[in-house]
Amino acid sequence: MNFFIVSLIKSALVAFVLLTALAYIQWVERKVLAHIQLRVGPRRVGPHGLLQPLADVVKLMTKEDMIPSHVNKFFYLLAPFLAVMFALISIAVIPFGTEIRIGSFSTPMQLTDLNIGVLFILGLSGIGVYGVALAGWASNNKYSLIGGLRSSAQMISYELPMAMAIAAPLLMLNSLSFRELVDGQGGFYFGFVPRWAIFQGPFPQIVSFLLFMVAAFAETNRVPFDLPEAENELVAGFHTEYGSMKFAAFFMAEYCNMVTVSCVGALLFLGGWQPLWPAEYGSRFVPTLIFAIAGLICISHGLRPARPFDRFTLPVFGVVFLGIAAIFLVPIVATILLPLFWFLAKVGIILFIYIWIRGTLPRFRYDQLMNFAWTFMFPIAIINLFITALMVAVTTK
Amino acid sequence: MDAILFLLFAAIAVVCGLNLVLQSHPISSALSLVGVMGSLAVLYLLLGGEFIAAAQLIVYAGAIMVLFIFVIMLLNAGIERKIHLSLWVKYAGVPLLAVFIGIAGFVIQRMLPVTEGVKFGAMTHGNPLEIGRSLFQVYLLPFEVTSVLILIAIIGAVVLASKEIE
Amino acid sequence: MPELPLPPSVPLAWYLILSAILFTLGIAGFLFRRNVITVFMSIELMLNAVNLSFVTFSYKFKQVDGHIFSFFVMVVAAAEAAVGLAIILTIFKNRQTLEIDEVSSLKN
Repeated sequence: MNFFIVSLIKSALVAFVLLTALAYIQWVERKVLAHIQLRVGPRRVGPHGLLQPLADVVKLMTKEDMIPSHVNKFFYLLAPFLAVMFALISIAVIPFGTEIRIGSFSTPMQLTDLNIGVLFILGLSGIGVYGVALAGWASNNKYSLIGGLRSSAQMISYELPMAMAIAAPLLMLNSLSFRELVDGQGGFYFGFVPRWAIFQGPFPQIVSFLLFMVAAFAETNRVPFDLPEAENELVAGFHTEYGSMKFAAFFMAEYCNMVTVSCVGALLFLGGWQPLWPAEYGSRFVPTLIFAIAGLICISHGLRPARPFDRFTLPVFGVVFLGIAAIFLVPIVATILLPLFWFLAKVGIILFIYIWIRGTLPRFRYDQLMNFAWTFMFPIAIINLFITALMVAVTTK
Repeated sequence: MDAILFLLFAAIAVVCGLNLVLQSHPISSALSLVGVMGSLAVLYLLLGGEFIAAAQLIVYAGAIMVLFIFVIMLLNAGIERKIHLSLWVKYAGVPLLAVFIGIAGFVIQRMLPVTEGVKFGAMTHGNPLEIGRSLFQVYLLPFEVTSVLILIAIIGAVVLASKEIE
Repeated sequence: MPELPLPPSVPLAWYLILSAILFTLGIAGFLFRRNVITVFMSIELMLNAVNLSFVTFSYKFKQVDGHIFSFFVMVVAAAEAAVGLAIILTIFKNRQTLEIDEVSSLKN
């Protein structure tokens, strides 16, 4: 019974944090894209537009929920449900850090440590195609159908290089469970180079990481691979006929897929919660330093504000950041929060790269996209897997 | 707990199987088949075959059935016309089928002792390590042969699907 | 929790009976449906039922060979689905129909 109650509490916590994070990733994306394009982004709703996701949620929930008359009702309603369900379930096997020990009670920071965790994620990304394909077909609209078929063909084409790019570090790390994979990336070479999978001998997995990132962009239908849902190409692709909450469901599913593949990339290639340099050289103080610098920058900008409203909001943010920096100094809390910080920092960097590329690159045409998968990425993935297998076979006794 | 899970997912599998046979639109049949595969994956987990459960989801439900659904959507397969079953089939065939399954079930149950039930966790050899060992040492030849088989299937499918009709 | 009349552990026979029921449903679909894709899906249902049988017997003898065979059945089903669907596409291109009763030009 104790196991069930703890699991229920952890699931509720993870679900709550995930859903809030999905909304705020959208805020981050809009702000970063805006600054890349030399504009400001949302700034009216709340300080710096921080309540914009809340306004969007309220708008989407209160909009009239319409079902067009020409759609196939059962599949029209089933498709966003499937898309969101399979996207949200994948978080269950992602470990966020080491164990939480409070007194005699200890529980790992993971909902479930399956010993086939990587296969579970691969399976769910395969089944996630159904939401998109059914949405395109049920809408009874030729643009939606073409968008849905293109999107699902793209997703299954890029699953192959992604699976092979995932298989290469698994050869070196010898496990399918995420916790064991991260534990196999602990330790340091020469005392200061971390043994993350992209640095680990016998064959540093840099090519695998790049292949995985490109395949992940295509799997989640993000720029430069977002032709199937581009607004100026295919009306809106497979979610043309969807409005209000059902559209929000597809949006949420896309961001959740983004978060999941970023977490998987951080766990498999960037060492999960392992720090960048050893703790005896001071990596315990990195979060404190970063948050303290952020707090001081906010406070110094708050003293000479660019806009009059910022005289109040920026110093408040500054004080909040300094408070978080102080929390990382408390030893008991630091042992729980430090691995979490490193993991979230790596996931955050990958998400920032996602948003950065969205603001920078134009999109592929569909035949260029499919050619790229089958004639370029697939052979490179095979060669990479082959070389990794060769190096592992030669160097193990 | 095991029994409840088994009965639930066995019921889902049988209902989806009936749905596959009885539905008139191929897309509904395809999604029912995906439902069967999902519930069978859970049953494999109960039987200790975790790799096979994952492979079922990845290969069968995630790739083969997506292929089926693609083809159904591309060919725009519609509702099929009702077939005329003779009275013998409808009123004698189905009860006889049930009787046959009952007899088969009775015989199976006599062969296997009831004390030897399926306990979750009793089979520990279904993990990828054991499967990998067995696949690459004992069953290496069938493994290589199936990879050649897949290669032949790829070539066949590409040739068939790209032939232009004059 | 009320005491339901369920056995403490599921007897192995129940899995085999489920496999028999699914196989029978597959045969029924194969014989009585006219759409060639549905016939094909009934074949896949039969293969799944057989997979369940293999995994059940693998549990009985606590060996991994049943899982390996089930894996090979999945691989063969994948290859068969690819080629079979390509054949179906070609039939549709030639005859514009998806009913197996109408693909009968070799009859008589």
